[in-house]
Amino acid sequence: MRAGILRSPSPLPGFGLSFGITMAFMSIVVLLPIGALLGRGLMIGPGDLWDMVNSRRIWAALTLSFRAALIASLFNLVFGLALAWVLVRYRFWGRRFIDASVDLPFALPTAVAGIALTALYAPNGIFGQALAPLGIQVAYTELGIWMALIFIGLPFVVRTVQPVIEELDREVEEVSATLGARRAYTLRRVILPTLTPALLTGFALALARSVGEYGSVIFIAGNLPFQTEIAPLLIVIRLEEYNYDAATAIGIAMLLISFAMLFAINAIQIWSRRRIGLV
Amino acid sequence: MLPIFQLGASALANSTFIRSPGEDRSGTDKSTARLTNLHPSGAQGPMTSPLLRALAGPHWRGGLLAGLTAFGLTFGGTAQAQDAVEILNVSYDPTREFYREYNELFTEWWTAQGNAPVTVRQSHGGAGAQARAVIDGLEATVVTLALSADIDTIAERTELIPADWQARLPHNSSPYTSTIVFLVRDGNPKGIEDWDDVIRDDVQVITPNPKTSGGARWNFLAAWAYAEKNDLDPRDFVGAMYRNVPVLDTGARGSTTTFTQRGVGDVLLAWENEAFLALAELGDDSFDIVVPSVSILAEPPVTLVNENITSDAQRAAASAYLEHLYSPEAQALALKNFYRAWDTSAAAPEDVARFPEVSLVSIADFGGWPTVQPEYFGEGGIFDQIYEE
Repeated sequence: MRAGILRSPSPLPGFGLSFGITMAFMSIVVLLPIGALLGRGLMIGPGDLWDMVNSRRIWAALTLSFRAALIASLFNLVFGLALAWVLVRYRFWGRRFIDASVDLPFALPTAVAGIALTALYAPNGIFGQALAPLGIQVAYTELGIWMALIFIGLPFVVRTVQPVIEELDREVEEVSATLGARRAYTLRRVILPTLTPALLTGFALALARSVGEYGSVIFIAGNLPFQTEIAPLLIVIRLEEYNYDAATAIGIAMLLISFAMLFAINAIQIWSRRRIGLV
Repeated sequence: MLPIFQLGASALANSTFIRSPGEDRSGTDKSTARLTNLHPSGAQGPMTSPLLRALAGPHWRGGLLAGLTAFGLTFGGTAQAQDAVEILNVSYDPTREFYREYNELFTEWWTAQGNAPVTVRQSHGGAGAQARAVIDGLEATVVTLALSADIDTIAERTELIPADWQARLPHNSSPYTSTIVFLVRDGNPKGIEDWDDVIRDDVQVITPNPKTSGGARWNFLAAWAYAEKNDLDPRDFVGAMYRNVPVLDTGARGSTTTFTQRGVGDVLLAWENEAFLALAELGDDSFDIVVPSVSILAEPPVTLVNENITSDAQRAAASAYLEHLYSPEAQALALKNFYRAWDTSAAAPEDVARFPEVSLVSIADFGGWPTVQPEYFGEGGIFDQIYEE
């Protein structure tokens, strides 16, 4: 056991022990449940799995889940970056309060968030009443799902990008300016490339989280089949029918699509790192 | 003392109830803002970003849900040590208020009979989720659920309950019944009088999803019964009704909240006891109850979970607990909690006079739950077909 890859070049001892603990922990918390899911899927067989997933209603739900998650994460990518930038670069009254409240979506039970958003955006809520004359309805439509997913996804982008912005040297920007670059050019060619890996990571985390989100969405979505029914709700419905196989099938479908998306995002990340050649 | 716990065999099967901070009613225990059947949120918990980054796996949560349940099926069913006599009553949502009072009534009566004191614990949640929790290993002593189909499923999938359980107690093992009525806004501005108004183009209907809510299945069947009695095509009729539904909540309490607190919809199809409770809680100047010409006799059954019994003392107490539900005092309590009970001898006259006469069809007219469940609400059943069209 002491030979080969397990030998650590670190001057500190204990690699074997910490590696063992990490692997045991990973197995219990992450690998076992996913193994159980995939194991059940294997017992069903790929043909039957495909038959169970291949219905118009499930495709509608999967499309909705991934579309809403993408839109919400893209929104968070832009506004999360702006928020992180403002929090790091400017000093203003109440900054610490805003900084702390960014974490709220992490701490708040998502059901509470969903109920609060629904109360605000329902036709008789404060925002709902204001939006109604414009003909915009948020609660119980797909728009409501976006709102909920934006809420729960925001801290992922902010908290991944923030430390990288803090590390940025202002001198680099100054050098860029003294060399004659305009502001937009500095932003595009100097700042954004440095932030890209962190932004992509934040985006991937927000996306991953949003796709599986159930607690908050269930309150603000109308849950109508083909319109506002998200894939996790369909899983719950299949469980209510004691149809564990069909629930497994949808679970595996979501797992595969999520995996493909994260793979693509990681590929972009590697490509961008190579292109910039730093960070 | 009657400690009331929320408990479950697995975190997933366990239902939690959560109060909204946005509700002004949140301080009271009987708040209607309470929403149940949120089981997956229990698996979630607060997360911190470093931990999340380290695990980097929340995108699998949809799959995890199914996986964990499969896992729970295998490893569920941990033993529970019992010293004193304890009864765990696994029940559904709207019975919360009734059983809180009944448990007090029963323990007093039980000790007055010269028996050792007994502790009754309660678990509430959506009926389907509760049944699944018992199947997955929640050590229920008695189950008091919304549909006999829920208990049938337990009997089918486990050895816990004999198949003929429904014959063990009077009235199909249903000590109290209820029906489906309409809750409309004060003064009934849309003039909703019967089921044919529910399918009008200008009416929005609030009802939960029959897939996830037992009460919603009664709603569905009541509408179906009306169409059949009036020589309408029931499938078209019920289809038209669901096209008027803007929000399909997952449970009955969720729908009540959508209708009463969010102001969505013109008519709520509700359990009669829920409708009366809403009036009592929110004041009868906000809503009116409309009783349709035809409705359905909803029989929420109770039964003993034989194989979970650990001692003779527990068996005696649990059997008495269920039988005492039929006593005049308990029946009066059920009537007071807006259930239609059988024995009115000890009830206050106003609790009895409250219930209007309705022409009620029963589940037997549909062929019983074993037929109805797969045909109407199973995968690819009539409810699914309505939305596929």
